[in-house]
Amino acid sequence: MKRTMTFSALALLMTSAAAFADTVTVVTSFPRDLTDPFKAAFEAAHPGTMLEVVSRNTNAAVSHLQETRSANTIDLMWASAPDAFEVLKEEGLLAKVDVQSEGIPDQIGGYPINDPDGSYYGFAASGYGIMYNTRYVQANDLPVAEEWDDLKRAEYNGHVAMSSPSRSGTTHLTVETLLQGEGWDEGWATWKWISGNMNTVTERSFGVPDAVNSGATGFGIVIDFFGLASKASGFPVELVYPSVTAIVPANIGVLANAPNEEGAVKFVEFLLSPEGQKVLLNPAIMRLPVNPEAYADAPENFPNPFSEDFAPGAIEFDVDVSGARYTLVNSLFDVLVTYRMDDLRAAVSAVQKAEAAHADSGNDEAAALIAEARALVEAMPINAEQSLDASFTGAFTISRADPDTEVVGRQAEIEQEWDRFAVENYRQAKKLADQAAALK
Amino acid sequence: MADTTTPSRGFTLFPRLSGAAVAGILIAIFLMAFLVLPVAQVIYVAFLDARTGVFTLQNFQDFFNTTLFRESFANSFYVSAMSVVLATLIALPLAYITTRFNFAGTAAIQALGIIPLIMPPFVGAVAMSLLFGRNGSINLLLNQHFGFRIPFMEGLNGVILVQSIHYFPFILINLSASLRNIDRSMEEAAQNLGSHGIRMFRRIVFPLAMPGYLAGAALVFIKVFDDLGTPLLLNVNNMLAPQAYLRITGVGINDPMGYVISFILVAFSVFSLWASFLFMRGKDYATVQKGGGGLSRRDLKPREKWLAWGVILLILAMVLSPHIGLLLLAFGTIWSFSPLPDGFTLQHFGTIFTQSSQYVWNTLIYAGSAAVIDVILGTAIAYIVIRTGLPGRKWLDYMATAALAVPGVVLGIGYLRMFHGIQLPFGLGQMSSFWGIIIVALAVRRLPYALRACMAALQQVSLSLEEAAESLGASRSSTIRRIVVPLMTGGILAGFVTSFATAAVELSATIMLVGRSSDAPLAYGIYLYMQSPAGRGPGAALGILAVVIVALGSYLSQRIIERERARQAMTADRP
Repeated sequence: MKRTMTFSALALLMTSAAAFADTVTVVTSFPRDLTDPFKAAFEAAHPGTMLEVVSRNTNAAVSHLQETRSANTIDLMWASAPDAFEVLKEEGLLAKVDVQSEGIPDQIGGYPINDPDGSYYGFAASGYGIMYNTRYVQANDLPVAEEWDDLKRAEYNGHVAMSSPSRSGTTHLTVETLLQGEGWDEGWATWKWISGNMNTVTERSFGVPDAVNSGATGFGIVIDFFGLASKASGFPVELVYPSVTAIVPANIGVLANAPNEEGAVKFVEFLLSPEGQKVLLNPAIMRLPVNPEAYADAPENFPNPFSEDFAPGAIEFDVDVSGARYTLVNSLFDVLVTYRMDDLRAAVSAVQKAEAAHADSGNDEAAALIAEARALVEAMPINAEQSLDASFTGAFTISRADPDTEVVGRQAEIEQEWDRFAVENYRQAKKLADQAAALK
Repeated sequence: MADTTTPSRGFTLFPRLSGAAVAGILIAIFLMAFLVLPVAQVIYVAFLDARTGVFTLQNFQDFFNTTLFRESFANSFYVSAMSVVLATLIALPLAYITTRFNFAGTAAIQALGIIPLIMPPFVGAVAMSLLFGRNGSINLLLNQHFGFRIPFMEGLNGVILVQSIHYFPFILINLSASLRNIDRSMEEAAQNLGSHGIRMFRRIVFPLAMPGYLAGAALVFIKVFDDLGTPLLLNVNNMLAPQAYLRITGVGINDPMGYVISFILVAFSVFSLWASFLFMRGKDYATVQKGGGGLSRRDLKPREKWLAWGVILLILAMVLSPHIGLLLLAFGTIWSFSPLPDGFTLQHFGTIFTQSSQYVWNTLIYAGSAAVIDVILGTAIAYIVIRTGLPGRKWLDYMATAALAVPGVVLGIGYLRMFHGIQLPFGLGQMSSFWGIIIVALAVRRLPYALRACMAALQQVSLSLEEAAESLGASRSSTIRRIVVPLMTGGILAGFVTSFATAAVELSATIMLVGRSSDAPLAYGIYLYMQSPAGRGPGAALGILAVVIVALGSYLSQRIIERERARQAMTADRP
């Protein structure tokens, strides 16, 4: 034991000695499958420079940077979720640096690639899709769902999974994309009908591909590389892009007071260079390069977001709208869907049963009851205007709120009200649907 | 240690701090610095108005006004109570059969009984759902051949099942240690008076083993109540601990309710502990041992032997099922919607082979040091609480046990807040990124396990043995060293094993504190792999490695206890 302690002390001294060499330290939420090839390629391109990778999940990485700001030891933050970078930027934890790169357009699929202020840079893009397990689909004799609307159908009841938007920045963007693409009320209605078909809302975003890969669930709403990389690892899964989708970049940013800012910029420039972009096509990584030229070397059938026929319905994503109601949308989804999953599922199944029973019975009374039940499931406690009202959203963004804005109510109070609203509506909807189903 | 010839008993005119008081103060300082203050730095926001920053109790009022939180509280309580019941049903036969009868493979069974505690993060839930999930092996087979499914893993049922399989070793270990400490003469007296079988177990044996059982049951109850990992991995969030976690860890979320719930979890844990004290109060569980003793073991009749083996194998198959799943995952190629993997391979072990030695050494050093700290602190606190009259001594116990209720991420953030910016001498760098701080965090988080085991062990040591030693002229410190600690050995080792085994796979605080990849323990390595589809196999392989290492450690300590007992029994039996 003592010897190992001495050994580790020795090892520690050696590593701190190595720190005098040119070391770039990056904190990342990316898996080793992604970081290892980049580390190897970067160190080969810049002999004498070492890339030290510290892995943390996005939340832990942000908290760690916030807590250690007084004596920062990290040069770069490297992660998917743009919202994590927004948080860091607003707290002044990101440095604005000048990065030289060529051939990278301003936008990808309607979403700006780089932060307009130059605080962080997009280096790869990701879209959202529906991932499905082919064995599961075959065993359960299900058609393949290709659009978000398909997932609303009764035949998918209990076969869908997704992560909660409050847990995964990428899922948040999927939710927000649909809200912007279909409009507030229609968008939420779609989410509720899809959620009624879910068998689980996972806590980690990686929980969804895990569930689809293992066959625990048939369909998962995922960020594309989860599906592409799962397929590349040999799992019997496929990925489809629905026509309403958003393309969002995965980012890298140099931290304020970085110990090795020069090295950090060197790494960002490498990521954006043609050689760096090529690494993204590695089968275990499978993210979409932001440099259109990199697609020349892409394998066949590799999705190209710069091509005409890719997701023709991609919407112009409004970053400001998304930012203004960010936590509100998360909280609303959790209160109405995640925490009340059982109630919602019961209501949705009841409506689906009633509709099946009266598919062609022509019973007007039943049709009226079903319509009423549907309206109750779809009802929202707030409208689109309220969702953007600063005096309302302020209750959810305490740390970043403008002190001058009058805020109405506390988050706990508002959530309690929504919760009552949801429970009562779902219960009532189920009752009406059951009544309709009982009618002859 | 003090000189053994100085009589430390007797009254002095000058108020002088006894050794126990000094130890008590040092422990209190340790707990203040590494548990209370860091946590307080994080959860004080529970008492602040979120906008103005003034002191308020409004948040607590909100908590009790919210239907969701009240339901979560009820769910947590229900799940904890049911888990204790199920865990008892699993642990009792194992403990009874292995301590009461001459049974081949006792040490192996006791060591296997610890394995469920070593559930590497993430992998366990995947393994469980591949076996028991809606489309897991068992349900796929059932559905294929009989056309129905059993909802093992749905909702709260799943949490109760997984929690009791995971935490029953707390009861098993403490109960076994207690059963071994029961004086044989009690049993003989009962037999002389005509009692035997179930009646004797119910009236004599089990009540005498009560401290151990209660220590284990209280741990299971509090741990399940405070555990957030299992419900989250099963995607159940209508419970209190996951609610706290979900509200603390979202990016950019600053909801005070998360900290309110954390505070309530801590308060409730201390309350349950206090309730178990009340239950034990006024009862004397100590037995006068003759330096060995334990229940007499008898041989089983052939039919009983078959029955015993049947029961044990059934229980082992159930409690080891997650690890069987893990094994299949580690050796399997692709495993998707089928009862078994498509093929088998050694490749995953090849993948981890090159990188794992660093992880293994780090894990052994971290978990081992943490467990040593835990048993030292645990023994000292147990002695101070039970044997001394120091004012406020119970608070040491409450403080240490409250660590159970502190989410690892809260402790991690607290440490960063408290120790970042403190430069250590000798070029060790920042205190918050120094690997030693990981050991401290693990020790603090696992201290309650060791403490409960030590408390139970000490409650069974009769005070008269110490008095006898002291009246023969032994000093207080040599009495502790020569009489008390040896008699507590079983309990101390039980504490060491539980602390070590659980520290080896802890992740939530570690992930905050690991400064560089060369300092990372196994659990962190598993986390790295489990972030990608291709990493599932290697992650499981690394999980298997963790389980094997910890199981070997437990088995060896089990052997040491057995040998020690045999030696003691021999000396005791000598005329």
